[in-house]
Amino acid sequence: MVLKAFFPTCCASADSGLLVGRWVPEQSSAVVLAVVHFPFIPIQVKELLAQVQQASQVGVTVLGTWCHRRQEPEESLGHFLEGLGAIFSHKPWFQLCRERGSKSWSCKATHWQGPTSHAASGEDQVMLIFYDQRKVLLSQLHPPAVLPDRQAGDTTASAGGLAAVFDTVARSEALFQSDRFDEGPVRLSHWQSEGVEASILVELAKWAAGPVCLLLACLLSLVSAASACRVFKLWPLSFIWSKLSTCEQLRHRLEQLTLIFSTRKAKNPAQLMRKANMLVSVLLDVALGLMLLSWLHRKDLIGQLADALIPVADHVAEELQHLLQWLMGAPAGLKMNRALDQVLGRFFLYHIHLWISYIHLMSPFIERILWHVGLSACLGLTVALSILSDIIALLTFHIYCFYVYGARLYCLKIHGLSSLWRLFRGKKWNVLRQRVDSCSYDLDQLFIGTLLFTILVFLLPTTALYYLVFTLLRLLVVTVQGLIHLLVDLINSLPLYSLGLRLCRPYRLAAGVKFRVLEHETGRPLRLLMQINPLPYSRVVHTYRLPTCGCHPKHSWGSLCRKLFFGELIYPWRQRGDKQD
Amino acid sequence: MEDEQSFSDICGGRLALQRRCYSPSCLEFCLSCPRITLRSLTAVTCTVWLAAYGLFTLCENSMILSAAIFITLLGLLGYLHFVKIDHETLLIIDSLGIQMTSSYASGKESTTFIEMGEVKDVVINEAIYMQKVIYYLCILLKDPVEPHGISQVVPLFQSAKPRLDCLIEVYRSCQDILAHQKATSTSP
Repeated sequence: MVLKAFFPTCCASADSGLLVGRWVPEQSSAVVLAVVHFPFIPIQVKELLAQVQQASQVGVTVLGTWCHRRQEPEESLGHFLEGLGAIFSHKPWFQLCRERGSKSWSCKATHWQGPTSHAASGEDQVMLIFYDQRKVLLSQLHPPAVLPDRQAGDTTASAGGLAAVFDTVARSEALFQSDRFDEGPVRLSHWQSEGVEASILVELAKWAAGPVCLLLACLLSLVSAASACRVFKLWPLSFIWSKLSTCEQLRHRLEQLTLIFSTRKAKNPAQLMRKANMLVSVLLDVALGLMLLSWLHRKDLIGQLADALIPVADHVAEELQHLLQWLMGAPAGLKMNRALDQVLGRFFLYHIHLWISYIHLMSPFIERILWHVGLSACLGLTVALSILSDIIALLTFHIYCFYVYGARLYCLKIHGLSSLWRLFRGKKWNVLRQRVDSCSYDLDQLFIGTLLFTILVFLLPTTALYYLVFTLLRLLVVTVQGLIHLLVDLINSLPLYSLGLRLCRPYRLAAGVKFRVLEHETGRPLRLLMQINPLPYSRVVHTYRLPTCGCHPKHSWGSLCRKLFFGELIYPWRQRGDKQD
Repeated sequence: MEDEQSFSDICGGRLALQRRCYSPSCLEFCLSCPRITLRSLTAVTCTVWLAAYGLFTLCENSMILSAAIFITLLGLLGYLHFVKIDHETLLIIDSLGIQMTSSYASGKESTTFIEMGEVKDVVINEAIYMQKVIYYLCILLKDPVEPHGISQVVPLFQSAKPRLDCLIEVYRSCQDILAHQKATSTSP
């Protein structure tokens, strides 16, 4: 039977001593955590292990002996090492041995039968697996293996053997706290035995984080309380707030900031990553916003924009007027119903005239408004983009109105047509039974119905054309707004901290492990090197992606086409709390 | 101990199977795929450049030629780094697991390791691939919920696509180790 011994690479050059670690019987593997050097007093070693076991809930015991010697083994040392097996009884008892300066290792595991039996105690083959203790300590396996009981003992249920190794090393931090400069009774060798490393900046940041978080949490709670006050819940304001995507974005950012600066500690690594991702996302957003602001101010683009806005709006209105004149004539060679055409065309032209007057009324204030709006870019690039999207929506409000008029008209016409078509065939819609039933109509009903049907059919091309043109315009505006929203969502949801971690410290996010067979000589035990297999970038984004506002289209392509055909109004995205129309 | 044999893949290309036995409980199979030939590389480059030159004579814009060179270089790099697999390795370690490594022509390696506890069996399966019926070696993974069920089928040597004779070699050695593993795992 092959036993596995996980040995840390940092202890491969340590002096002789005792192997300390955890034995996992289900996987027949021993995870060596540290080496205790001579001289030591067995009682003190046992005390230290009991302390560590209590602190970390990991069943740490003495697993065997480690011998790092020069040339031939001395007989006395060999007997001494075997004698230790009697003091720290552990089944199986490992004896690892390495010649100094060479790569030949030897190890055997014996089942100590007791001093009375002189028959050869069973020996098993051992496989040595080297692992980098620091990397295994810091890394996190994805998907996180759910290890059931965190009690003292070796309960590992059916969690994979390697997840148990990672878990053991991660939980044994208490063992790695002492280094060789300590004056303790027991001398240990592990990855931190050369001295515990820490960074001054990190420590200072940790000290400063407490009061700063408290202060910011208070400020943020004031802001949220102010925004939740009653004034904003009155009807006109609440309606406007719900329609503007800027408010949605600001609310989202406020929630994120509240979460980041909350004084509660993160409960598990996933929450910590989420907080870190949010913080980096907010910082990047603000940095990009400030860059945009500086670029706008350097070239005085705001002034130019304000000067260009009115002519652009005028130009758009003129183009729309040309379009309507074209529709009122013979568009694409089609012959329209002159009367209806003139009515609709004149109605829409008057609407444009009203809109242009409104824009000209606003023109003195445009520059100041734009300047204040430009200032909002220091809250973040996403806020600036949301404001841009809202400005586009406001400037193309007349297109939206035209679309609604055209759609309603078309919808009425379609419903009328379908109902009169049923009358034409002698059927009617039974509201009680929700189905089409036959019905006997009077002659005058049939006459009027057929007349109306004919009228509607011949007026259909005109209405349909207006509907088509304005729907296309509306879809164009919706597409532009959709692209802006997509960009905002991308900035909101990209987990930049996780991606940076995967780039710079790939061992922190582990998808699994990989093994490499080291130089092998016959007669010697098999030696493997266990390395961490990092998570691929796509899985990093998928696992750690931040939740966004959730404003994405709810229609499938089929339902969208159906709605367009029947003239029902389409709302490409719904904000939270919107009712269906 | 090392062993090298020559086989062919389903299209007739030459494959080399290298078998290394580190110990009775650890085996490694390395299957090398046919290399990228100078002829195919020259053919692709010439086609792309001829097409670009044809476009250039139509449009009289020299950007097309530089764009063609750029595209050829990027395409070659992308192909070597993401598409062309140089050799595939299968490492079986008794009581630890099975590891599959694909090494790309640019040196990139992508590794997957499956623990022995998840492996139900290693079998040779038949599949319909385009217009052929081929054999492939695959690992069956245990279903955590149902004891006799299979949760996933992981095919091996997907780019090399060796024929049945090569697969039988690998299959026999895998089964030896799996049988040994099952025998020792059931005994206390």
